[in-house]
Amino acid sequence: MSIAPSSHARARLFSGFRQDQLLPYWLLAPAVVVTVVIVFLPMVQAVITSFYDLVLFRPNASRFVGFGNYIKLFNDPVFWTALWNTVIWIGLTVPLQMALGLTAALLLNREFPWRGLARALIIIPWALPSVVIALMWRWIYDPNTGVLNDILIYLTIVQSAVPWLADPNVALYAIIATLTWQGFPFFAVMILAGLQGIPRSQYEAASIDGASTWRQFVHITLPGIAPILATAGLLRVIWVANSMDVIFVMTGGGPGYATHTLPLYAFVKARQNLDFGYGTAIAVTFTLLLGAFVALYLARTMREVER
Amino acid sequence: MIKPTKLRRILTTDIPVLLIVLFAMAPFAWMVLTSLTPTATLSASGVSLSPAGWSLDNYIRLIEQTSFLRNMLDSLIIAGGTVVLGLLVAVTAAYAFSRFRFAGRKPLMLQFLLINMFPVVLLILPLFVLMRKFNILDTHFALILANATVAIPFAIWMLTSYIGAIPKSLDEAAMTDGCSRLAALWRVVLPLTMPGIISTGIYIFITAWNEYLYALTLGGRNVRPVTVAIQTLIGEYQIEWGLLAAGAVVGALPATVLFLLVQRRLIGGLTQGAVKG
Repeated sequence: MSIAPSSHARARLFSGFRQDQLLPYWLLAPAVVVTVVIVFLPMVQAVITSFYDLVLFRPNASRFVGFGNYIKLFNDPVFWTALWNTVIWIGLTVPLQMALGLTAALLLNREFPWRGLARALIIIPWALPSVVIALMWRWIYDPNTGVLNDILIYLTIVQSAVPWLADPNVALYAIIATLTWQGFPFFAVMILAGLQGIPRSQYEAASIDGASTWRQFVHITLPGIAPILATAGLLRVIWVANSMDVIFVMTGGGPGYATHTLPLYAFVKARQNLDFGYGTAIAVTFTLLLGAFVALYLARTMREVER
Repeated sequence: MIKPTKLRRILTTDIPVLLIVLFAMAPFAWMVLTSLTPTATLSASGVSLSPAGWSLDNYIRLIEQTSFLRNMLDSLIIAGGTVVLGLLVAVTAAYAFSRFRFAGRKPLMLQFLLINMFPVVLLILPLFVLMRKFNILDTHFALILANATVAIPFAIWMLTSYIGAIPKSLDEAAMTDGCSRLAALWRVVLPLTMPGIISTGIYIFITAWNEYLYALTLGGRNVRPVTVAIQTLIGEYQIEWGLLAAGAVVGALPATVLFLLVQRRLIGGLTQGAVKG
């Protein structure tokens, strides 16, 4: 790099214009090429596969069936069960995570000596691998030797051991509790950042005017963190909808179909039955539904913000 | 505001916070206790709560009788490779996004945001079919590529905001002093963005280390990262919870320690966008 400034400037005068116009594209090229190969190509492949009757390791029997897989899906009772489970799954987990995260954030926003330590420790569930989380909770929920039943029986809340993950009426909620535990630190951290952005003077002014703590919360705190709640909520809906690893390790979707969500159903179909055609058709349908939800959510929040 | 007395603070703040911290930590603490209890004790009288009953028995068995150390190496290669690939392509892309205004900038940025939202399940099945076709299933390379689907868009978004925070006048000054664009990026912008690059890299490392579904589907036999290996510790006839817990603790340790080390800066970067928006 020992070009003299004057000669460099002259060189730029002649060739610099075109080069500078193309430079951003060159800089972007590696990222774009890699993502096209590992994301867009597979996506196109997924859509194509969903129109085929493709059972892996029987590739010769593969044939084009058009919308056949989608029609089959529509008449598949398991699909509707899984869809309903997905709705419950998202509808309960995200609000629970948010409520717990908000509580934690409000507490951590107060002054106390060990605040830094508490803030670091509360994040632990977020850092753990989901496999570890799933196995850990399986151990806690274990009907014979699990600690949860021991505690509940000791406190005489239940009379006999509850088979948390083996009872079809309880299993989904047991996993929702696990996911709530895993995800609340994310909300706590995001909301805490928002709380710290609200100027202290607003609270001081309100308390001089005699506003109660509750009114301060409703009129200053909530509006102050509303944008964060909206963004973090959307990110979590997407994340919770997609996260099937915890369910997969905890119950594998069982007992029966009690803990099947849509992505898990797609995954299990492809993995266990090697039915890739039908599996990808479920995955594509799920993606479209999620995309539609995200679009609706964004349109609504945009309107709220503009108002 | 009334200045709260110390007792009041302890009742309204310290105790509730302590409860939440306990709630966050208890399951993992229970796992650690389980891993320290020898299997014989575990089946006879349950998890040992007093240090008298603890031993490193499960950890010794984990290292001597299973391939766990090799699995750790697999995870290290995959997570390290993902960090290198992700940062390498993301740095220049982020520089382009933050320094140039060019046709197609908005749609390209949006595209990287959208990729982040794609369901894993939509990609995992076709990736399996494609990788099988190219014969790279069950290699480190395959898992690095799969993890990069998440790492690249994430890194681009983080780095664009980090580089955007560095004044443009700095690279312009370097260029009037005779640096080319790329030299300005290399010598001026990169050193200043280093803290951001490091925390982005660490976050990618943690995500790749903790990843499970890709590892299970696209790897699993020759290449078996810890997340998959932990599950195989379950055993065929009965679940060996002591050994399993030891594997879970060791497997979770690297990511957890890294996370605690960088949490402050990382959270600053993650929340920046959300707070502004």
